[in-house]
Amino acid sequence: MGSRTRVRGRAPRSVLVTLAVGASVVLAGCGADTGTADGPTEITMWSHSAGNPAELEVINRIIADFNASQDEYVVDAEFFPQGAYNDAIVAAATADDLPCLLDMDGPVMPNWAWAEVITPLDLPEELTDQFLPSTVGEWEGEIYSIGYWDAALSVLARRSILEDNGIRIPTMERPWSLEEFDEALVTLKEAGFEYAIDMGVADTGEWWAYAYSPLLQSFGGDLIDRDTFLSADAVLNGPEAVAFGEWFHSLFERELASRTPTAGRQDFPLGNVALSWNGNWSAPAAFEAFGDDVLFLPPPDFGAGPKIGGASWQWGASANCDAVEGARDYIEFSLAPEYIAEFSNLTGLIPATEEAAALTDNYAEGGPLAQMLDYSREYALIRPPTPAYAVISSVFEKTLQDVMNGADVQGSLDRAVDQIDFNIETNNGYGF
Amino acid sequence: MTTTTATTTGAGTKGFRRAGARTPRGRSEQRSAWAMAAPALIGLFLFLGIPALLALGLSFTNARLISPEGPSFVGVDNYARAFTNDPSFVRSLLNTFYFAAVVVPVQAGLGLVLALLVNQKVRGVNIFRTIFFLPVVTSMVVVSILWTFMYQETGLVNSMLSRLTGGAFEGVAWLQEPATAMPAIMVLSVWQGVGFHMIIWLAGLQTIPEELYEAAGMDGANLWQQFRHVTWPGLRPTLVFVAVTITIAAFGLFVQIDVMTRGGPLDSTTTIIFHAVRKGFREQEVGYGAALSLIFFVLVLIVSLIQRRLTQEK
Repeated sequence: MGSRTRVRGRAPRSVLVTLAVGASVVLAGCGADTGTADGPTEITMWSHSAGNPAELEVINRIIADFNASQDEYVVDAEFFPQGAYNDAIVAAATADDLPCLLDMDGPVMPNWAWAEVITPLDLPEELTDQFLPSTVGEWEGEIYSIGYWDAALSVLARRSILEDNGIRIPTMERPWSLEEFDEALVTLKEAGFEYAIDMGVADTGEWWAYAYSPLLQSFGGDLIDRDTFLSADAVLNGPEAVAFGEWFHSLFERELASRTPTAGRQDFPLGNVALSWNGNWSAPAAFEAFGDDVLFLPPPDFGAGPKIGGASWQWGASANCDAVEGARDYIEFSLAPEYIAEFSNLTGLIPATEEAAALTDNYAEGGPLAQMLDYSREYALIRPPTPAYAVISSVFEKTLQDVMNGADVQGSLDRAVDQIDFNIETNNGYGF
Repeated sequence: MTTTTATTTGAGTKGFRRAGARTPRGRSEQRSAWAMAAPALIGLFLFLGIPALLALGLSFTNARLISPEGPSFVGVDNYARAFTNDPSFVRSLLNTFYFAAVVVPVQAGLGLVLALLVNQKVRGVNIFRTIFFLPVVTSMVVVSILWTFMYQETGLVNSMLSRLTGGAFEGVAWLQEPATAMPAIMVLSVWQGVGFHMIIWLAGLQTIPEELYEAAGMDGANLWQQFRHVTWPGLRPTLVFVAVTITIAAFGLFVQIDVMTRGGPLDSTTTIIFHAVRKGFREQEVGYGAALSLIFFVLVLIVSLIQRRLTQEK
């Protein structure tokens, strides 16, 4: 091995190296302080939009305009990939190291508001009244978050395929019933498609609660009893929920949907499937593949009315922010109609105000996606606004995956209810 | 799966006068030894020792990651809940043992076979060593994503097996069937990790003096007898190291599960660490997660001690 250095009276080289390394580490840590006495105050921002060029473009434009419009504050943004974002925020909150501005997924907001991680926004009422109700995040009477858009789910289809197979095209006045929808799926499968519908089960995480709990709710069940918010019993494991579970499992058993659809929801644009349960963010790809032939159909009415998810990403400010006023100023600045319209044009999502909708191509009167605004207004049921939502979502995802793979439906739902109720109990009902 | 190697060949102490630790030279050498070890020890203490102690404390409370109320003491409730009220956890224990029971002998054995193969002075043997080692330097996340595609019903694995059996084998949805999901993950885990242990075995093989083989050859021993009586006893210290490191890594199975199956289907691939992360971090019940991770620590400790006892020289 190496030569042995003899140690004499003076300090050995190794000790000096150790000290040098240690000193540089300490200095690097000290140098990270922001905020100079003179010059604009820096406002940090975290967003989940990394990897999403459309959102990035608009956010960066808003930040540049805001920074240029005044000299008190400068917004400095950091973008995270969506999958790791929620964990990063929770970790930062535990370490008391949150950014001033942050965006959050709508249903997570009550958890963060309850944990006093974020602070109320104090926006003028005339402004917030113009917004779609599902884009305004309220908790205990205060508004904690507001979003530029909402996303709606829909059954994507092609007019030519439906007409060729003699399937009625549903409307909002007369949506498909469970029987009609099921029959249509069987017909389409027999017509030669690999699978009748792409349910999108390859995705993991929040998608499961967002995409499939509306189906559960349309059957008549729910994730939690919304009168008390103290238990999921009878709503998540009652007969309606069991009916939903069994129908959901049968989709895969009868090979009407695949357990391993193509990544990126490509099956519909590629023509492998006839229908797709997807949201309006998939509109650009669908229009590109099929042009005018694409239809965005209302979801089926499984018994309790058609339901879709609501509340997408919204913006708020953290509670330990030094420049809260600046954060609120930025948010108000960014709610201008032209920015909301730009988000919609680039992402395909529903603009949060009517004023902005009029400025967009897709959602103005008579536009190709205008009916999605109606779906959002009529059918959107936000996921339960409770701090228990993180657990509810995780448990629901796991339970529904088990049901998809053939687990006993009643048993799985009962266990899900047990876990959710246990969590709510050990947290003293989260203040409900 | 990176571990620090701690090989001592036992043959490097020439020219080093051990005059005893009490002499001035001995004392200052001790000091410099401590100084050199200090950064690593401080790092270990800060990032491993303190969190472990914190976890121990947290596991007796109902702490949540973010909450307006502080944590309160609940005694051994978390531990009781893990074993009596959490079927997923018990299942995760079984799955982890199942995984370790298969992967430890298979990966160690396969590593040894590969090491024996590449221990020859043949031209181009370094190419093979590199090829076998390549999966080790690939991120496990990347490997998991690739193998997820390969394991699809219409994926590479099914096509290859179908071709090899002339169409007799119909595709299996490897990751969607409870019976095949864990074996599928075992295969890719062994594939990714075997190169590392091949290198360790190789190092052990190369410490066995050539003269022993020559002597055995002259005594008329065939290859198998040479292996049994010369190679295998000489590999004992390497065996201990390999067995312990594979076992610890196998118990800590997490990345593949998180990326590929998320614990499903039907809890057939959930492991202790995955369950602890899901409960303690994603569902924010950090007190309970701490209890689970401490159970994991105790299990690994027990198994490592048993292994050491079994492989100690009599």
